[in-house]
Amino acid sequence: MKEPKKKSKFLDNQKLKDLFYMMKKIRLVEERIALEYPKNEIRCPTHLSIGQEGVPAALSIVLNNADYAVSTHRGHAHYLSKGGNLNKMIAEIYGKKSGCSGGKGGSMHLIDKDVGFMGTSAIVGNSIPVGVGLGLALKLNKTKNVSCIFLGDGAIEEGSFYESLNFAVLKELPVIFICENNLYSVYSPLSVRQPKNRNIMDLANSIGAHTYYADGNDVINSYTCLDSIISKIKSEDICPWFIEFETYRWREHCGYQFDNDLGYRSVEEYEKWKKRDPITLFENNLKEYFADFDLSQLDQITDKVTSEIDVAFEKAKKDTYPEKTEAFKNIYSNEI
Amino acid sequence: MKINNITFVEAINSALQISMEIDNKVICYGLGATDPKGIFGTTIGLEEKFGNERVFDTPTSENAMTGIGIGAAIAGYKTIMTHQRLDFFLLAMDQLVNGAAKMHYMFDGQLTVPITIRLIIGRGWGQGPTHSQNLQSWFAHIPGLKVVMPSTPSDAKGLLLSSIFDPDPVLFLEHRWLHNSIGEVRDGDYRIPLGKANLITKGNDLTIVSMSYMTVEALIAQKYLEKIGIAIDIIDLRSVKPIDFSCIINSLRVTGKILVLDTGVSTCSIASEIISQIAINHSNLLDRPPSRITMPDVPEPTSYGLTKDFYPRANQIVERVCEMLRIEGSKLIDEMPVISPHDVPGDWFKGPF
Repeated sequence: MKEPKKKSKFLDNQKLKDLFYMMKKIRLVEERIALEYPKNEIRCPTHLSIGQEGVPAALSIVLNNADYAVSTHRGHAHYLSKGGNLNKMIAEIYGKKSGCSGGKGGSMHLIDKDVGFMGTSAIVGNSIPVGVGLGLALKLNKTKNVSCIFLGDGAIEEGSFYESLNFAVLKELPVIFICENNLYSVYSPLSVRQPKNRNIMDLANSIGAHTYYADGNDVINSYTCLDSIISKIKSEDICPWFIEFETYRWREHCGYQFDNDLGYRSVEEYEKWKKRDPITLFENNLKEYFADFDLSQLDQITDKVTSEIDVAFEKAKKDTYPEKTEAFKNIYSNEI
Repeated sequence: MKINNITFVEAINSALQISMEIDNKVICYGLGATDPKGIFGTTIGLEEKFGNERVFDTPTSENAMTGIGIGAAIAGYKTIMTHQRLDFFLLAMDQLVNGAAKMHYMFDGQLTVPITIRLIIGRGWGQGPTHSQNLQSWFAHIPGLKVVMPSTPSDAKGLLLSSIFDPDPVLFLEHRWLHNSIGEVRDGDYRIPLGKANLITKGNDLTIVSMSYMTVEALIAQKYLEKIGIAIDIIDLRSVKPIDFSCIINSLRVTGKILVLDTGVSTCSIASEIISQIAINHSNLLDRPPSRITMPDVPEPTSYGLTKDFYPRANQIVERVCEMLRIEGSKLIDEMPVISPHDVPGDWFKGPF
């Protein structure tokens, strides 16, 4: 990996604050969900992104609402980073009427069309071709926007990944694949899933994508690389791109608990990654490379995020469930 | 209004051309869509007329190409994709079932997926186990999908135009044995509503409900039955999801007898569904047990020898109708010509697929 250019001239005070805001928001939302989950009011499979805040936070300040994004079962962070409405996400996780999918989707089926977040899927690899199709639409529309596809290392093993990237390369579509490689598909490590001497970025490169590899826990580095790549797509039509970010989920695959006791990964490995906490790393970088940044701003941001989360959970809990007759609606757009 | 005698293939081609002329958001693709044969002629001329951005050949990637069509559709395009055999489309079940069929529902009506998937069903000439499957009931089983099976050139055009401009995902199943059939087709844009059946012939003795190619056999049977004074209602379903039960029930009120023809195998078929709903909800209308003629519950074999007597034909329909009406029909069946060779829709068919 290249040595990150820490002090980017593009990272002004506002951007630094925005990066921290989004990382902190994702972290504290997920921690609140973990806190509430045992109360049995959240009644759907839920996949937390704690430990993986860096990449979505970096994207939150490079994409705009006319850009599209699609994501996966572990999609809370991506939804929030694209600008998705927090209150509607929490209400959806609680299965409430004001949820972003009216309670029909739950944690794994989030959408906020107003900000170009076009949905998440519970099926590994399922949203990849949909993201490429959104890219096809952008190209046909001749607009300077990008379709962003979030995927994990497990999706690389799906046929839909190969098929979709092949088409995106064939048609030079304005698509960016954001692969967060967190080393595990549920409890199965990469070693039982992919050949030892092949890395994911090289595979994507061999299919014909422009590729880059970055430390996904280093939000400044992630921002720098994404900002430059997105502008290459938008202003130079250089595309598609595949970026592999190394990162790590702290908690269990699905649910709110820690699961290092299961033995599928070692405590040492977990501790090693925890030392590379994206938020702590960012705070250290601020001190080291951005001496003029007023650190007291971070506390203000944390307070703001906390109160936003308080409001979201309070609203979601108070909200009503949809009428049970709603289960029979919206099967078709044009009912015959 | 001009009426032309054209083939089913030409009718499909006409519908595609019209849709792309009237709406520049219609895109059309599939493996072979722009090759010299143009998917049995159905896509000929489209690329020249509408350009290679809207009409294109594709990688052999059935699953992703379906998802890509879905992605374009939720971004405002109307996608038409085609597979030269339905069987290849089985690689795309994830995108169809977990994607296209669910998106409108699971995002609570915020997304619509106007995608039309043309699937061509093979039969005979050794198409065999994996080039001849009639899986309409698979698709009909999935809430959120619409399934259309035209039987005439005119219906093919009007139903395809309705499918393309319908906001929901539509599976449009074309039987290969119908491709060269000729019929009267109107010029220009006209729509035949989805979910509405067509009463083709009127009679009081028995109701035949049919779809796709089996309607051709039903019409042959009807001509012979007429000779001995038997008049039947033939209801061509046009759509097998949703099924137009009110049309079937109206006919049944008069005839009291129902025979359902299905191009697929019997277990969990469209025929099963129709008969079960009639038996459960309208048994008072029946004065005979309902009956069905379907393909046997086995994969379709390849050999010319193995497919002899494998496919239900008009003589079997005549025989069954006579049984249901308790009429001696063997003399009539003897009059019916033996179809030879049995594995082609007509002399024009020389394969290869």
